[in-house]
Amino acid sequence: MSAPSDKFGRPIVVVTGMGVVTSLGAGKQDNWRKLTAGESGIRTVTRFPIDGLKSTMAGTVDFVTVDPVTSTGLTERLAEMATEEALEQAAIGAKADFPGPLFLAVAPVEVEWPQRLELGRAIGKTEFGYDDMLRVSGGGRFTAYHHRFMFGSVASHLAENFGTKGSPISLSTACASGATAIQLGVEAIRRGDADAALCVATDGSVNPEALVRFSLLSALSTQNDPPQAASKPFSKNRDGFVMAEGAGAMVLESYESATARGAKILGVVAGCGELTDSFHRTRSSPDGKPIIGCMRKTLADAGLEPEQIDHINAHGTATPENDKMEYNTTAVVFGEHLPKIPVSSNKSMVGHTISAAGAVEAVFSLLTLEHQRIPPTINYEIPDPAILFDVVGNTARDARVTAVMSNSFGFGGQNASLILTREPV
Amino acid sequence: MTEPKSPAAKEVWITGIGIVSSLGEGLDAHWDALNAKKINVDDKRFAPYIVHPLAPVTFDAQIPKKGDQRQMEAWQRIGTYAAGLALDSAGIKGNKEILGRTDMIVAAGGGERDLAVDLAIMTADAKGNSSPAFLNERLMNDLRPTLFLAQLSNLLAGNIAIVHGVCGTSRTFMGEEAASIDAARIALARISSGQSDIALVGAAHNGERSDLLVLYEFGDFNLKEKYAPVWQREGGSGFALGSAGCFLVLESREHAEARGAKPYAKLTKVVADLAQRKQPGAVTKSLEALWPKLGVAGDSGHLITGATGVEPVTSEEKAFLRQHPGFAVRATGTMFGHTLETQFPLGLALAALSLSRGALFPPNDPTGLEVEKADSPDQIVVVGAGHWQGEGMALVEAVK
Repeated sequence: MSAPSDKFGRPIVVVTGMGVVTSLGAGKQDNWRKLTAGESGIRTVTRFPIDGLKSTMAGTVDFVTVDPVTSTGLTERLAEMATEEALEQAAIGAKADFPGPLFLAVAPVEVEWPQRLELGRAIGKTEFGYDDMLRVSGGGRFTAYHHRFMFGSVASHLAENFGTKGSPISLSTACASGATAIQLGVEAIRRGDADAALCVATDGSVNPEALVRFSLLSALSTQNDPPQAASKPFSKNRDGFVMAEGAGAMVLESYESATARGAKILGVVAGCGELTDSFHRTRSSPDGKPIIGCMRKTLADAGLEPEQIDHINAHGTATPENDKMEYNTTAVVFGEHLPKIPVSSNKSMVGHTISAAGAVEAVFSLLTLEHQRIPPTINYEIPDPAILFDVVGNTARDARVTAVMSNSFGFGGQNASLILTREPV
Repeated sequence: MTEPKSPAAKEVWITGIGIVSSLGEGLDAHWDALNAKKINVDDKRFAPYIVHPLAPVTFDAQIPKKGDQRQMEAWQRIGTYAAGLALDSAGIKGNKEILGRTDMIVAAGGGERDLAVDLAIMTADAKGNSSPAFLNERLMNDLRPTLFLAQLSNLLAGNIAIVHGVCGTSRTFMGEEAASIDAARIALARISSGQSDIALVGAAHNGERSDLLVLYEFGDFNLKEKYAPVWQREGGSGFALGSAGCFLVLESREHAEARGAKPYAKLTKVVADLAQRKQPGAVTKSLEALWPKLGVAGDSGHLITGATGVEPVTSEEKAFLRQHPGFAVRATGTMFGHTLETQFPLGLALAALSLSRGALFPPNDPTGLEVEKADSPDQIVVVGAGHWQGEGMALVEAVK
């Protein structure tokens, strides 16, 4: 490899460890095998009753259980599993002594229904108000729930377990959170504030209220049967995303520090970009300018031209609006080169892992670079004629891939993109 | 971790401040209230719990569209309002060119739940009336579709983007008190290293919420029965939740000078840590370890703390303060209550305001821990130790 600095004189940021958990399984190997075989992790929800719900399927991680059952507890456990895998691969620092900061993308936290109902039953009356709830809340009976339902609790647990340094940062940029966690790590290393950073994104929040909330915003697919066919990115008959759980973790290091300790370099985070859309709380600006600007900022940050990108790991949620907007904006940025760029959406198989998606998909993008094989977009039976991407439909495709753009767009005008490469550019 | 490598770190100025709280809105109102030692508490509405309620505010002044106001919960309105005040104060309100590349870091919790919906479900459950489908059906039928967006943490930033057009980058940090310490720390690091020219940083908190009282009551953190200043809660420790929004505009000195902006102060350093609070004295130790990283000149000065009033952290912070007896201390919790994510930006704002007015506001403490200090400050230290975790400090200095 080349000099430790990029063409802008900044430290090159490399990836030396990765971990992933999705509904397909735990670990890179299992995920990659199923992902490239076109398997879906989406199934009918069995964790709680689905009566009365419009969307009854999700990419739940059912092979991991936590006690007591909370989404935040599962979120924490998924993050822990992905981090363990990433640290084992990176072989950095000592056990419980990671030599850098933690940036954690995590879903917003709040008291959950099982605990709320438990509190209600503790009152011992059948008609009550918040005053009565408050009367039984204190005194030590529910102390553990304070800790569990603090926003900083997951990061605090990871920081203690893995010995990350300094104040861990918990962040949310909605569906772009995973990309933002990586971006914060890249920035810290480029500033020279850290030689290594642990970037983790996690989401275990498939619970009744979360499903209902997205359902009420008409964001979810209601094609419940069969569940594996629900997520249809870029298809004409797509009707929404499928909620899912998962976690992705990455050990980022400066090229200099990684090579000094003889670490195996898995890839490079060549560029990050972000641009806010101020048009609407859930919808993109109709002219697509913020998304176009986000992708262009990312290319500029990496010092790459559009024709140097040879694969796009799309946000591809399968909502009618996202996929159309993503195509229209990508077409503007990549112009005549676009037909030559294979595009795929991992969400067709693992669903939308919300806060985790950006990191999960960055891990898959690096695996794509490693294996020179692009995972398919499954359920691509009826292409949307208005979306002229070269979609890697239904079966994986071998391809020469040197630079991948991974896009994430979220509620609240959040747009973030990453460019991942095999070698420094 | 290594020390920053950049020898040419840029000076970062605080050029805009927006505050709205139980004491009023804007800098003059707060300066007057602090000098008059005003405290605004409500001990009836949530009795026996005490809160510092938001002073009357005409949201239309910063959020002109009623439609926007309706889309927000109180915490988002408070924050969007304070952000607007900060942009006004920095002189960049409506300046599309600058706002289009202004970076934003918001420290946020989440929004209020629909208490009526929750109670209806809980009471039905307590009566044994809940079939497996009951929870799903009630939520599907009774939740307002847009309530989710009013609760989502990153939607305060989203609303600020929509209402004020701040749309460079947008990041929301979560994690109670530490979230805003880190927001200031990262914004400062980005600007001083040249990764950003200008940023809007802050937080908002609605302390008038039964659901939050329940959450903090789980840990017995709420102040009950009778209001007392932060340093005088030996009889019953706890915090009184406060409503407040506070935002700062931070920018590089070059950027500010190029547009002719005047600074209130400069933000020189922000440091933070996460002590594992398992042994007594962990917070004292953590704060002591942060202190030398600040670059405080001499052994006397001025210090504003967001001390919560809960134990053991407040006593541990007192032990730290006793090791720096030359510093005149002010606890914002006495006047503003505990505003969680907003407490640290509030400390930064009051430090910058005090430096710009050439005086620290007077003590408001019957225990004598806070003392008068008449000299004009050059530096003010801002301290934050979260009620359950997270410690941080900042050094705010006069621009000469």
